[in-house]
Amino acid sequence: MSAFLAVIGRDLRLATRVGGDALTLVLFFVMVGVIVPFAIGPDRAQLARLAPGIVWIAAFLSMLLGLDRLFRTDHEDGSLQAFRHAGLSLEAIVLAKVMAHWLTTALPLVIATPLLAVMLSMDGDTFWRTLLSLVLGTPGLLAFGAVGAAVTVSLKRGGLLAPVLILPLSIPILIFGVGAITAVAAPGASQQALLFLAGLSLMAVAFTPFAAALALRLSGD
Amino acid sequence: MSTPLATPKLNWFSQIANPGRFLAWSKPIIVPLAVATALVFAVGLWFAFFNSPADYQMGDTVRIMYIHVPTAWLSQFVYATMFFSAIGTLVWRHPLADVSAKAAAPMGAAFTAMALFTGALWGRPTWGTFWEWDGRMTSTLILLLIYLGIIALWRTFEDQLRAARVIAVVTLVGAINIPIIKFSVDWWNTLHQPTSVLRLDGPTMPGSILTPLLVMTLAFTLLFITLHVQRMRTEILRRRVSTLERQRVMMAES
Repeated sequence: MSAFLAVIGRDLRLATRVGGDALTLVLFFVMVGVIVPFAIGPDRAQLARLAPGIVWIAAFLSMLLGLDRLFRTDHEDGSLQAFRHAGLSLEAIVLAKVMAHWLTTALPLVIATPLLAVMLSMDGDTFWRTLLSLVLGTPGLLAFGAVGAAVTVSLKRGGLLAPVLILPLSIPILIFGVGAITAVAAPGASQQALLFLAGLSLMAVAFTPFAAALALRLSGD
Repeated sequence: MSTPLATPKLNWFSQIANPGRFLAWSKPIIVPLAVATALVFAVGLWFAFFNSPADYQMGDTVRIMYIHVPTAWLSQFVYATMFFSAIGTLVWRHPLADVSAKAAAPMGAAFTAMALFTGALWGRPTWGTFWEWDGRMTSTLILLLIYLGIIALWRTFEDQLRAARVIAVVTLVGAINIPIIKFSVDWWNTLHQPTSVLRLDGPTMPGSILTPLLVMTLAFTLLFITLHVQRMRTEILRRRVSTLERQRVMMAES
């Protein structure tokens, strides 16, 4: 357990000391939200209707952009090779890295969501549900992303490939994430979507570290 | 004293799956397979064009179904082929499984694209639109995107041995995801007609339409098998050529 926490601590320190990365990602997230009104017009009612989708698209894009950093630097400086011989299993290390990555990339987005909510004129109820669905959905998104990042880690030109591989696989998270916010015709549908989203995230976080660790081992051979 | 090394007794599958033996036994079956495919296609197309009724509502456009349904079936069958190849790659590290997975991916993408394209052509006169975001169409589109991602991955790796193993992981993760995607997309929107061939209470189509449909499905499946065997042969030969070229360069250097 202490080794697990040590890996998380190491990644957190790396992310905060080098600095800038988390802030850039938040900036990107907010900017996607800012450019949408320019594209579709400043009509407040329309923006409010589209707001959940816009927030989720912005979160999707920023998370996928940040994916490459998950294993890339560790692969390049050889830490990944060292991790493979650590006392902690590679699966646990992957999980620790995913958790640290969530804290440094997804949590800032969640914190920045109020800004988007105001600009896209969300009402209070929608805002809280957006926050909840982001908190529940982003771990699953990141867990799928870990597989994409692990698969492309040994590729020099793999930067764009991980998002392309992962996008179709994470469509369910987008569907249930947005479904949990917007009120669908059927009563209780958003509640249902929220539960599906939570289940999907839990399942992804539980299973994908094994796939990601396997891919890391195979690309290191 | 010299005891001859005991060669392990191979089961029948390991014997036919050896790449060299595969090349040997698959060579004579290519032509018969191709002929069988052509014959079944001829019968199927004859049924489809001349010996099946036009639908009382859709008219002759119903004949698009004889291409649409078989290609849609193959879009999933090919992924199943890739799935079992991926297991072969990861569990037995078998080179033939690598080759099979690599050979199947572009064909899967082609059949999926064909299913979507014929579906669009069929949807225009019957639903009045080329594209509708309904459950089945959307999940087929996502399947196409998964195929294209996997093909892109194959093209980016230089080391094909490593590529096969890593891509096998992606294929398995994708296979586990496909039902989830299907379910979530169905939850999201549904307009497409429900399943009408494989049902517990029997098919809802008359035999005059079902016969050409089944014959065409068999024809397309045979087409896939023929092309798959041929593509696997080509890929094995391609790898041999690149090995020989590398050897020649090494010889020239020494």
